[in-house]
This record gives sequence, C-alpha cells and structure tokens, in this order.
Amino acid sequence: MDMIEEQFDAIVIGAGMSGNAAAYTMASHGLKVLQLERGEYPGSKNVQGAIMYANMLEKIIPDFRDDAPLERHLVEQRLWVMDDTSHTGIHYRSDDFNEAKPNRYTIIRAQFDKWFSRKVREAGATVLCETTVTELIRDAKDRVIGVRTDRAGGAIYADVVVLAEGVCGLLGTRAGLREMPKPQTVALAVKEMHFLPEEVIEQRFGLKGDEGCVIEAVGTTSRSMAGLGFLYTNKESISLGIGCLVSDFAAMVESPYVLLDALKTHPSIRPLIAGSEVKEYSAHLIPEGGYKAIPQLFGDGWVVVGDAAQLNNAIHREGSNLAMTSGRIAAEAIIEVKSRNGPMTKRNLALYKAMLDKSFVVKDLRKYKDMPALLHTNSCNYFTAYPRLMSQAAQNFMRVDGTPKIEKEKATTAAFIKARSRWGLVSDAVRLALAWR
Amino acid sequence: MHIVICIKQVPDSAQIRVHPVTNTIMRQGVPTIINPYDLFALEEALRLRDTHDGEVTVLTMGPPMAEDALRKALGYGADRAVLLTDRYFAGSDTLATSFALSQAIAKVGETFGTPDLVFTGKQTIDGDTAQVGPGIAKRLGLLQLTYVAKIASIDLAAREIKVERRSEGGTQMLKSRLPCLITMLEGTNEIRRGSIQDALCAARSQVLKWSAADAGIEDLTKCGLRGSPTVVKRVFAPPARAEKAAKIDTAEMALRDVADELITAIFTRQPALEHELAFNGGA
Amino acid sequence: MSTANRETPRPAAGRAGIKKELPAHFKDYRHVWVFIELERGQVHPVSFELLGEGRKLADKLQVQLAGVVLGPPGEAIGNAVAEAFAYGADLVYIVEAPLLADYRNEPFTKAMTDLVDAHKPEILLLGATTLGRDLAGSVATTLQTGLTADCTELDVDTDGSLAATRPTFGGSLLCTIYTLNFRPQMATVRPRVMPMPQRADKPVGRVIRHKLSVAEDEIVTKILGFLPDSQSAKANLAYADVVVAGGLGLGAAENLQLVKNLARAIGAEHGCSRPLVQKGWMPADRQIGQTGKTIRPKLYIAAGISGAVQHRVGVEGADLIVAINTDPNAPIFDFAHLGIVTDAIRFLPALTEAFTRRLSPHSRDKLAS
Ligand SMILES: Cc1cc2nc3c(=O)[nH]c(=O)nc-3n(C[C@H](O)[C@H](O)[C@H](O)COP(=O)(O)OP(=O)(O)OC[C@H]3O[C@@H](n4cnc5c(N)ncnc54)[C@H](O)[C@@H]3O)c2cc1C
Ligand SMILES: Cc1cc2nc3c(=O)[nH]c(=O)nc-3n(C[C@H](O)[C@H](O)[C@H](O)COP(=O)(O)OP(=O)(O)OC[C@H]3O[C@@H](n4cnc5c(N)ncnc54)[C@H](O)[C@@H]3O)c2cc1C
Ligand SMILES: Nc1ncnc2c1ncn2[C@@H]1O[C@H](COP(=O)(O)O)[C@@H](O)[C@H]1O
Repeated sequence: MDMIEEQFDAIVIGAGMSGNAAAYTMASHGLKVLQLERGEYPGSKNVQGAIMYANMLEKIIPDFRDDAPLERHLVEQRLWVMDDTSHTGIHYRSDDFNEAKPNRYTIIRAQFDKWFSRKVREAGATVLCETTVTELIRDAKDRVIGVRTDRAGGAIYADVVVLAEGVCGLLGTRAGLREMPKPQTVALAVKEMHFLPEEVIEQRFGLKGDEGCVIEAVGTTSRSMAGLGFLYTNKESISLGIGCLVSDFAAMVESPYVLLDALKTHPSIRPLIAGSEVKEYSAHLIPEGGYKAIPQLFGDGWVVVGDAAQLNNAIHREGSNLAMTSGRIAAEAIIEVKSRNGPMTKRNLALYKAMLDKSFVVKDLRKYKDMPALLHTNSCNYFTAYPRLMSQAAQNFMRVDGTPKIEKEKATTAAFIKARSRWGLVSDAVRLALAWR
Repeated sequence: MHIVICIKQVPDSAQIRVHPVTNTIMRQGVPTIINPYDLFALEEALRLRDTHDGEVTVLTMGPPMAEDALRKALGYGADRAVLLTDRYFAGSDTLATSFALSQAIAKVGETFGTPDLVFTGKQTIDGDTAQVGPGIAKRLGLLQLTYVAKIASIDLAAREIKVERRSEGGTQMLKSRLPCLITMLEGTNEIRRGSIQDALCAARSQVLKWSAADAGIEDLTKCGLRGSPTVVKRVFAPPARAEKAAKIDTAEMALRDVADELITAIFTRQPALEHELAFNGGA
Repeated sequence: MSTANRETPRPAAGRAGIKKELPAHFKDYRHVWVFIELERGQVHPVSFELLGEGRKLADKLQVQLAGVVLGPPGEAIGNAVAEAFAYGADLVYIVEAPLLADYRNEPFTKAMTDLVDAHKPEILLLGATTLGRDLAGSVATTLQTGLTADCTELDVDTDGSLAATRPTFGGSLLCTIYTLNFRPQMATVRPRVMPMPQRADKPVGRVIRHKLSVAEDEIVTKILGFLPDSQSAKANLAYADVVVAGGLGLGAAENLQLVKNLARAIGAEHGCSRPLVQKGWMPADRQIGQTGKTIRPKLYIAAGISGAVQHRVGVEGADLIVAINTDPNAPIFDFAHLGIVTDAIRFLPALTEAFTRRLSPHSRDKLAS
C-alpha cells in the first residue's frame, strides 16, 4: 500500500511563480512532471503586490498576452518619501509604455496563478492541489528520490525534485538543505485590496483604458523600520500594502496592521482610496536577505528556485520575475541533463547554478549585496530622519513667507547637519552609493 | 451498487461583493466551490460504495468550468464524472434544472447501470431553494427522502432502505424502497480526504462532457430559459438603513454604569419589555 | 401540460421584459391559497404568518384567501380550520384521512396536487419548513409550474401577477421573481420572515372537503417511528421574544456561558453565529442567519458578532438590535439600533448583573413608589 508504481521525471513542489515556470518548461519539453500544491487551487495562498514583468514571462510563454488575466499595464511610477503629513516625490510617466507589448503589468495573483497553472496542465504536467508535501525521501546515499505528502497512500518518486515552495521553505529547511530564513532577512508585508469602480480609479490617477500607475513610498509610515509602502492600481481595485523586516517588527513591538493603518490614513494616500470597500487582507513574507542569503541551490536529486532560494530583489521590488526565471533556468538545466541521459546528481545539476549566475537574477542581487545590511542597521536614518528632513526642506522651499531665500537654505542645511552631523551625512551618502554600485 | 450524486458548483457566497456604486455583483476573483451541502451527500455516497461495493457517478449541470468541481469530487474518490453542459441549459430555474438532470440521470443509468440511489444536497447556497432534489425525484418517479440525517440500513437484495429523517420538531424513522432519491442533511458526516491515488486518478481521468443531445434530451423547450416558468425581473441591493446604531459611549465610564445606561436606552425604546423581562426572569 | 404557447424562443436578453400572456387554460385560476402546516396536532405558526401575507395579496387582487389543511381525522384538524379563519382565511379546503397523520411526501403531494387541479388557485404559499420545502418541490414539479423559495417580500404587480422577492447571492442582493405563464404561482417563506398578523376570533366559514385519492397500500414509504426533539435540546429561537447571541468575538467556547447567563437572567433564548456551530461550540439549531434560524424578537443582543450579511438577514426583523463589539467599524453597527464598542467578555457579566438589579422585585417596588 505504501508504494505507487510510478516514477516521474520531476516533481515540482509549489505552484507559485517559480514552480509554474519550472513545471511548464519541463512539461512542454515532454518530461513527465508532477506538481504538488498545498493550496486549494494554485494562487489561493499566494500574495503579491503585484507587478508582473512581461519580459521574464515572455521567455516562458511568448504569447501570454493572448489570454493571461492582466489588470493594467504601467505607464507611471511614483516614488514618494513621506513624513507624517506630506510627501516629496519623483513621478515618471511615459507614453512610451503604451506599447504593443507593454513591459510591466499589475496582476491579481489568485487569478494569474490559476491561468498559469492551466497552462502547466495543458503542457502535460499532472497538477495536484490541496496536497502538501511533508517530507523529502532520500536513499541510502542521501540522494533525494521522491516525496511524501499529507495524503494517505504513500510516497511518490522522481528523478529530481524542484523545491519551489516559497519563502518559508519549511520542507527544504527541515530536510537540512538550507537554513531557516532569519528574521533580519525576511520582511513581513501586509496588504489590502480596496475595491473601487474602474472609472473612479482612472479618474484619480489620470489613467485611461488599461493604463496603470504605481506608488512606492518610504518614510515615517514605517516607524523607523526598513520598510516600503506600495500602492498598485488594478482594474477595479487598488492594492495597498507595506512591509518591514520581521526582526524590526519584533524589536519595535509594532503590529503590521498599525503601519498599514498609518499608511491608509496618511493625507497623501487617503484621498486615493476614499470610498473604497476593503475586501481582502493578507500578510506574507518576502525574502530580503539578497545575495548573501542565497543558500545552496542544488544537490543530489534536487534544486531550489524562487523565494525558497531567497531570489528576491528587495530594492526594486522584484520577486516574481526572479522566481519565474530561476524556475525556467532550473527546468532548462534539468532538460539538458536529461537529454544527455545524465543522472540528476549534484554534479550535473551544478549546471543550474552556472546558468543562473549568468542571468540578471544573480547579477542584480550581487550588485546590491550590501544593501540589506546597510538599510537594516541604518534604518532609522533612511526611513525617518531623512524623510523628515526632506519634507522640511521641500516645505521650506515652497512656502513663501517673507524669509529671505538665503536664510531658508541655511536653515535647511543646518537641519540636516543637526540631525546627522556633517560626517554622518557624508558617510550615509557614501555607504548608500557603495551599496548601490 | 450504483449511486448517482448531483453536485453544483457555486460561487463562494462569503466572498461575493456588491459594486458600491452600481450595485451589481462583482464576480471578479470570487472563487467557486462545490456547494457545501453537496459534500455531505457525496461523502455518504462514497461510504455506501465502500461498504456495499459499487460505483459513484457525480453529475453536474453547468458551464464548462464546472469541470473543476467534478474533478474535485473525483479527488475525493468518486469513480466517474459527468458534466452536462450546453448553451440550451443557460438560464435554467429549478424546474428546468431538475428536468435536465433527470434526463441525464436516466442516460447515466442506461450507459453505466441503473442507479440504486440518487443523492442531492439539501439545498444550494446560491439558489438556496431545496427544490431540485424533489424535482428530480418526481420526474424520475423515484421516492424522495429529504433531510436525511442518517441512513440506518440498506438491504440491496430486498431493495429496502431505512433512514432517519429530520422533520419539524423531531426525527422520523422511515422505511422505503430502492431506487430512491435522498437529500442529505448537513453536519451528518465529514468529507474525506482522498488518497494520493485518488488525487492522481482525478487529475488524469476524463470528465465526460455531455451536450443536451448526448444526454438524450429531445424536448429542448423544457430546458434553460425556455423551460423555466420563473423569471427574474429585477436584482437589487437591499436598501441600506439610513441611520447607524446609536453608540453608547464607554470611555471613562465604569462598565456597570454603561450597562445601566444601555438598559435604560433599551427600555426607553421598548417600554413594554421592562415588565415582560422581569416576569420571565423572575422565575 | 402543453408548452405549445411558448413555441417561439424568447430572446435571452429580453428576459426581464417578457410580456405576460397567460395561456387560456390558466385564465380561470383564481384565489390565494395558504398551506396550513399541521404536524402532530400542531399548526406551525408560519402558516399564520403566511395567512397575514395572503390576506394582503387577496385583498389587492380582490379574490378570496383560502387555507388548505391536510391531516388525520380528529380534534386537531378542526382546531387548524378554526385558527385559519381566525387569522384571516375566507374559506378552507380540507383533506382528511388517517394516512395523513404523519408527513410523508407521497400522500401529501397527491392531496395537494389533486386540490389544485380541482379548484385552481392562482397563488399557493407554503412555509419553508422541512415539511413545506419537501412538499413544495414535488408539488411544483408535478404541476410543472414555477416556485420561488424563501421569499422575503410578496406583492401583486399592476397586472395582477405575483412579485416574489427573495435574497440571492448569499443575501448580498435581492431579486424579484415572477412566474409568468404558469399557474399556480408558488412561493415559500421561512418562519419569522413575515410578521405575525392579529388573531381575531371569527366564526368558521365555508369549508370544502376533498377526498384523498390514494390508499395506504399504494404508498411505499412507511413510518417506523418518531423521535421528538428532547425538551432540553429544543431551541425555540425563531419564536423567542428576546434572544441573546454570541459570535466568534467571544474567543472561546467557555465564554458562551456569559451569553447563557445573560439569557437566563432575562428569560431569553440564546443563539450564535455560524462559525460557533462549525467549531462545535453550539448545536446547529442555535445558529441564527441565512442558513440557520430567522428570528424576530422584540430584543436581540449580539455579542462579538461582526454582522456578516448572512447573519444580518436572519435578525433584521428584530424590533430592537443591540450590538456589543470591540470594532467600531463592524458591519453590525450598520443595522443595530444600539451599539456598545467594548469587550463583550467583560461587558456581558456587567450587563447581566445590571439587568438582575434592575429587574429584581426589590428595585421594581422602588420604581413603583
Ligand atoms: C506583499 C508582496 C508584494 C510583492 N510584490 C511584488 C511585485 O510587485 N512584483 C514582484 O515581482 N514580486 C513581488 N513580490 C514577491 C513575489 O510575490 C515572490 O517573489 C514570488 O511570488 C515568488 O514565487 P515563488 O514561486 O518562489 O513562491 P510562491 O509564489 O510563494 O509559491 C510557493 C508555492 O508553494 C506552495 N507550497 C509551499 N510549501 C508547500 C508544500 N510543502 N507542499 C506543496 N506546496 C507547497 C505554496 O502554497 C505556494 O503556492 C511581492 C511579495 C509580497 C509578499
Ligand atoms: C453560504 C453561507 C451561509 C452562511 N450562513 C450563516 C448564518 O446562517 N449565520 C451566520 O451567523 N453566519 C453565516 N455565514 C457566515 C458568515 O458569513 C460569517 O462568517 C459569520 O456570520 C461570522 O461570524 P462572527 O460574526 O461570529 O465572526 P467574525 O466575523 O469573526 O466576527 C467576530 C466579531 O467579534 C468582534 N470581537 C472580537 N473580540 C471581541 C470582544 N472581546 N468583544 C466584543 N466583540 C469582539 C470582532 O470585532 C468581530 O466583529 C454563512 C456563510 C456562508 C458562506
Ligand atoms: N446545476 C446543478 N447540477 C447538479 N446538481 C444540482 C444543480 N442544481 C442543483 N443541484 C442539486 O440539487 C440540490 C438542491 O439545489 P437547490 O434546489 O438549487 O437548492 C443541490 O444541493 C444539488 O445537489
């Protein structure tokens, strides 16, 4: 009773962005793929802002625009630095983004993942939902040879197991394939969906048709923690959320909900969501450890992709594209090994890492390798002091009150120096520049 | 033993939103589920199959995406799934639904063996009428046992079934004859979790898709909108009550005083209650 | 029944604008009927509520209101007939037979459909009880007519057809349904959805008796026994004058005792929201709402209940709704009359005590003097 007389080429654990990319790519190359997802349906448990990057999906499903559930394509991005009553911002809007094949879209994961999963099934993979993988099975030589699930009826075997289980990655950590993510390398993001009629959204953000706008906001709303607020326009809803490092939440004893509330009631945000009906509240972790947190990516009989491999670019709010790309590349590596009739050994699967290293995924993360630590240790400066100073400076600049301009400038400079000292200012700037480089 | 069970895919009504401005239903992103009441019937059918040996056929009438519900039922361990889907069925009310389903059940019987039992859920959470079950029974000439809390025994040889049926104010013990139609009461069992084999089977097996013609339905005037005597004239949001609750301030007040104030407010609005409550409570 | 009159397919889009042309053979269907539900000697009060509604419809249509009583010979049937008149019926149809003693679908369906075929009512109303729903479904299918279940409002349109309004999509919307070209127009209504009309002692009016056309040996389903609900478990929520209910906000099963304590102190019934039943903290017959009981008390106190639409539809008929909830934005405050934003776990004992103080004979005497 314990054995299914069936062997798969690959088992993919998880039907998120990375798992779907991997399963789709392998199945469409004729591999016998089983994908297991614990959620009731693909996407039921997945949380994302969500911006989806077309380029990375095109590499997997070139004609995805034909039927994927996309909300709006982005034509405008606003970056805001907020203090308690104001924001200073950069807005970039371009009609160039109204192209035949737009570059970025907002999506609703629950729908998008369902669509993606349908594609996976159409490509020939077997997809089982409501099935949680509870254990990786290893043979005497410690090779991963299959999985056990929470359903009765025994184990299932495969040549290779793709761990695409997302940020918590309990399975991989429990199996000792990698460490548990640390509180200072994962952010907790909370998000609400605010429903508004299409016309209202379009009017408030100056959009037409499927155009969309995003706002990313740092500042005092995160209460001195390293955190980022975001607002994304969907067709008939606005996703609004904020995320901060788990370790910070613990240290500050602040509940994420308080932060979200502060963001919602901020005078710059409130009118944008006025009159909306909040229907969904969700919370999810984001791996933010960056390059230095990337674990061992492959071993005998297994590879790990996406959030589970900490492949997430917190600075640019990119995650799903790294997930899709790592899933695709892992699949391509597996296909390659298989086509050579090679066993799925650690040695052969090293190909995955080699390919990934050459991609934007690892290159981008390497570029920002010092950023997480910097923002973390210096969060109260970058997220409270500077936003306040910038606001004061901007207000000082705008307000016409008879003070000679020269005095205004002096006051602003003095405020900066008082807050951070000359040395502090220079070192903050240098450190930021170095980390950015 | 062959059991046919009718299930319906419904929008999860807990997640339906009404557009705040236009007052229309916003279906976007509302997940669909198997009508929760049907799961009790499905589990009962599976249990009977396990003890008496046989097959369970799940049947649904709905749009192509209702296949998801059937696949899910297969994942619980049902043996066969039939999706009755055709544009002629669009707009069916309960009478037209029970007509189409009864024709399909007859066809299932012809093709895979006459069912000994037909199950439906007590009611749906979207239609919420509890009529389709009785409707099917009447059309197929089956005896109907509704609100069954327990199937006490089934004697296949004697074609006899004993059930406990919920009625107003008590439980009826009934004896009847197979084949019959049972609508199962909620809370009588809990749907099982299929094994990994069931799940694999479900993912791979074919769901039979029948058009009206496939189901042997000749009289299309009895189907869909045309076959539905009832007509929905108007859908609208319930009028909102203009005034919100009068809130009693609790700040800086002892709970005891808040309680007193509340009681006074209650009796001010409903003076007659004061006497009635005392009379009741005094006992 | 012929469907010849519906030969031309109707355009789907024009569904709401369909013209009402009643086929000739339905033209002589007249009068409003209410099924008087009689089980084990008792008339279900929903029948009186329906008579109240039926009266209004009959008056608007200027037709008669008839009660339909099916039951075994004996005192009960006479009593049911008298009550039907007292609550407004103009006449009563009776089918009296020993095999109608306990409800079974076959003979009741037969009795009812025979009556309809013989006397042709235009409207037939039944209570949405277990009995009523079992019967209505098979009667409607046998007669091949439409049936609108669980109506919350019944009215007569300008052209005389029944406009039956009911919740749809889990109570978030209402819809009005017509049975255009078929008769009778059937509808069921849940207990307590309609107000109880005034009872007025009236002499028994016209009674029309009908014979039952089936015999016991033709009926397959046999009754082996009946187990009445034990007195203790029997919650008479629907008809309670005062109801106190708890929701998930109470946090733990043991806190339900606070609800029960208050209920006991003021002589109320206690109930709950659905999640508590799902958690097994309370039996299913205590659930209030769309899939539980509809209540219509003079006073409803809800503690730790958010007021989801499925709960709301079950309590809106209450004269006075008091909500205790920690969340000032909880939807329950949208339809409660009095609201207290506070922790119910702490407040309920205080309220129980305050009620006890206030209602004690001692303080009552003080008030009187
Ligand atoms: C609030 C928020 C906003 C974000 N915004 C953006 C954005 O705008 N743009 C962007 O690109 N990225 C964004 N991200 C990041 C992005 O969501 C993730 O990087 C991406 O979803 C990672 O994909 P994944 O497949 O690795 O993991 P997931 O999408 O988390 O998928 C993992 C899947 O595995 C399943 N699973 C886990 N364990 C098991 C098990 N044992 N057995 C079976 N199944 C299992 C889970 O149910 C899940 O479906 C955001 C993240 C959050 C939280
Ligand atoms: C098809 C369908 C049918 C349904 N039928 C019914 C039905 O018949 N009846 C029904 O009730 N529900 C029904 N529901 C469920 C309904 O949608 C809600 O989920 C349910 O009513 C919520 O119950 P609740 O208010 O107890 O819990 P919650 O929604 O969790 O609300 C708890 C409330 O308690 C408050 N609270 C928390 N702590 C405290 C405290 N210490 N003191 C005071 N307040 C506190 C919270 O602010 C919150 O408002 C149905 C759902 C579906 C899908
Ligand atoms: N379209 C359908 N397909 C299959 N079964 C149905 C359908 N509609 C209703 N049913 C069955 O009939 C029962 C009662 O439905 P209802 O009369 O809509 O409350 C449900 O619980 C289902 O078992």
